Amino acid sequence: MTRPDPVFDAPWHAQVFALTVHLNETGAFDWPDWAARFGATLKRHGVNRNLNGGEDYFVAWLETLEGFLADLALADPADAARLKAAWEAAYRATPHGQPVRLS
Amino acid sequence: MTQRAHRNPMQHDAPDHPHSHLPSEPALRVKALETLLTEKGLIDPAALDEIIDTYENKVGPRNGAAVVARAWSDPAYLQRLRDDATAAIAEMGFGGRQGEHMVVVENTPETHNMVVCTLCSCYPWPVLGIPPGWYKSDAYRARAVREPRKVLAEFGVTLPDGQAVRVWDSTAEVRYLVLPVRPEGTEGFDTEALAALVTRDSMIGTGLPLSPEAT
Repeated sequence: MTRPDPVFDAPWHAQVFALTVHLNETGAFDWPDWAARFGATLKRHGVNRNLNGGEDYFVAWLETLEGFLADLALADPADAARLKAAWEAAYRATPHGQPVRLS
Repeated sequence: MTQRAHRNPMQHDAPDHPHSHLPSEPALRVKALETLLTEKGLIDPAALDEIIDTYENKVGPRNGAAVVARAWSDPAYLQRLRDDATAAIAEMGFGGRQGEHMVVVENTPETHNMVVCTLCSCYPWPVLGIPPGWYKSDAYRARAVREPRKVLAEFGVTLPDGQAVRVWDSTAEVRYLVLPVRPEGTEGFDTEALAALVTRDSMIGTGLPLSPEAT
C-alpha cells in the first residue's frame, strides 16, 4: 500500500468538518437534515459548473452550515460577520510567528 | 531582514509583510463560527481536535480491509456480515458516526457492485474514513449511475461482458460497503496478508483487490 493522500487538503476543511460533526453529536441537528441541506447546496453550486470535490466542496459545506445555524438561531450571521472582521484585524495586527488572539 | 524577522525560525515573510499570514476568506468564516459557538457554550474546542485527530489518524480504509479479509477467511463471519453488517462490523471494533446502518454488497462473477452518493457524499466513515475528492465530485456523482462501465474504465477496471454492474446510492441513513471477490492465488493467506490486498477503491467498487503478485 502506498501512503494515502492527506484526508483534508486544508486545515479549515478539517475544522468545518469537525465543527459540523460535533454540532450533530451535541444534538444541534440530525444528520439526515444536514445531508439534505448540503445536497441542495451542492446541487445549486453545480448548476453552472462542475464541482471538483475539493475546495469547492468545502465552500458549499461552509455555506450550508452557516445557513443552517442561522435558521436554527444558533449563530446569527451579523455576529459571525463581526467576529470574522475581528479575526482578520487580529491577524493583520499580530507580528508573524506570534499567536493570534482576539482582543 | 528586520530584527523581528530573526526572532522566529519559522519566519518566512518579507519585511513588507510583518503581520501574520492572513487565512483565506472561508477559513476566517470558520474561525468566526467557532468563536461564536464557543462563546455561546455550544461547542467544546477540544472535541473538535479529537474529531480531526480521529479522521486524520485513526479511522481509514484499513478498518474496512480487516472486515473484508475476515469475511474472506471466516464463513461464519461472512454470514453474520450478510445478516447484519452493522453488528458484524462492530464486532471488529468499528462503529459510530456514519456507520449506524451498514449494508455489505457482495461482488460475484455475475455482479459487480459500485457505491456512490448522488445527494452529497454519504460514506461509511468507520470502515473507510473520509471520502476521497473524486467521490465528492459532481462528475463521479452524476456519472456513476448513468454510465458506470465508462467510469470504471477510467479507474482502470474493465469487467467481463457477462458481469452486470449494480450501483448503490448511499444515503444519510444507509451506507454500503462492497465486498470484493477474493483474489485467486491467495490460498493459505492469513487475514493480515489478505487485508494488504484490499484497496479503498475495491470497497467502493471503483477498483479490484490487488493480486498477490502485485504486492
